Amino acid sequence: MTSTAIDPASKPAIDRRFRLQWEEAQNAHVLLYPEGMIKLNSSAGEILKRCDGRASIADITANLEQSFATTGLSGDVIAFIAMAVEKKWVAVLA
Amino acid sequence: MNVQANKPGPPLWLLLELTYRCPLHCVFCYNPTNFTGIGPELATDDWLRVLREARALGAVQLGLSGGEPLARDDLEIIVAEAHKLGFYINLITSGVGLDETRIAALKAAGLDHIQLSFQDSSQKMNDFLSSTRTFELKSKVAALIKKYDYPMVLNVVLHRLNIDHVEEILQMADRLGAEYVELANTQYYGWAWHNRDQLMPSRAQVEAAEAATKRFRERDGRPMQVYFVVPDYFERRPKPCMNGLGSVFLTITPDGMALPCHAARMLPGLAFPNVRDSSMEHIWFESSGFTHFRGDAWMKEPCRSCPEKARDFGGCRCQAYLLTGDAANADPVCDLSPHHHLVTEAVALAERPRVPEKAPVSEKPLVFRSPANSVRLFS
Repeated sequence: MTSTAIDPASKPAIDRRFRLQWEEAQNAHVLLYPEGMIKLNSSAGEILKRCDGRASIADITANLEQSFATTGLSGDVIAFIAMAVEKKWVAVLA
Repeated sequence: MNVQANKPGPPLWLLLELTYRCPLHCVFCYNPTNFTGIGPELATDDWLRVLREARALGAVQLGLSGGEPLARDDLEIIVAEAHKLGFYINLITSGVGLDETRIAALKAAGLDHIQLSFQDSSQKMNDFLSSTRTFELKSKVAALIKKYDYPMVLNVVLHRLNIDHVEEILQMADRLGAEYVELANTQYYGWAWHNRDQLMPSRAQVEAAEAATKRFRERDGRPMQVYFVVPDYFERRPKPCMNGLGSVFLTITPDGMALPCHAARMLPGLAFPNVRDSSMEHIWFESSGFTHFRGDAWMKEPCRSCPEKARDFGGCRCQAYLLTGDAANADPVCDLSPHHHLVTEAVALAERPRVPEKAPVSEKPLVFRSPANSVRLFS
């Protein structure tokens, strides 16, 4: 109904209903929300920790490609952000 | 195979029952009916040590409950320490005592979320069920929660006397701006166990409530999430209670006893440790109160050889004990249990004709949770 268009210029941020943090005991990033927790795999954690509402998806992709010395992540990042928006983990700012 | 017994993960969910004091007198409360006979509450420093030690073990979700946690005047100190340690902090409250000064102080201390209980959508039934005049106050607290931008979960315990109001309860929650609603069918422990026959709904009531919840969920444009906690007496398989005892959940009672579930205090023959003289590490990994029901070595038939034991862990130990007298039996909710008839008989009793609206009169009176009734039950 309210599907926001996602493109490389979109600026994703963790939704205010969630808190992202690193959990040493689980060796993973987690999303915390009222009485619940989602344990993230490492790529989900790496993408979400860069979603600060200021960086665009293009910036995030470039940063990831540099950090992990790779290329061609754009499609994967956009697909993941779209899924995260669908799950309401992330809100996208125009 | 008994993998869990060898290497439990962290106690991800820590519930601190800060006090048994409560201004409400709810007939379905799970607190022990003998709460007036239980020793003195932990001091502030004890709670702060519990937080530090549990966080070091990997605890991350923190529930602050009771009784009414706002009855402790050091709640803000406890929240501040928990926030500093990195807990996600849930306050589970009746709303009584939550004025603007305290809600602002809790926000500043780092409280993440407030779960507010309502007893019903109507003032009359809310106030009757809690034996207090609190409906208007709760509505004002809901507005304060929104004003201070907390995510708000509305929790309503369902039973025979209010389950027909699910539609109105959901409308009320929507009006108050709740992000989540928990429609929690009564689980029969503590005061609720004592009042079970008066609280048990009929099957038709449960089905109508589920249908009303489904209709509400299917309407367009409702951001509110609705959880319907199923009434296990009406099921044929037990709930995976606490994901197995000693697996993720750890409760500390007001007097410092460490429990693998908030009702476990009643289980006989288990020595539950106290945080006054045990470290959280010892409690979680070594104490018999936590290791005894971890894994599946304790199981009897039909659970022991059951292929479903890895999914439901034999159900609830407290329910097995309350209904059969042996906590190691299968939860009688399971229709493979030789004691399943105890559950179906309780459900059959609920099929009796309902007394119309006015006052919920019945053969046995409802017993409200109060210090006076606690003393009376155990005198």
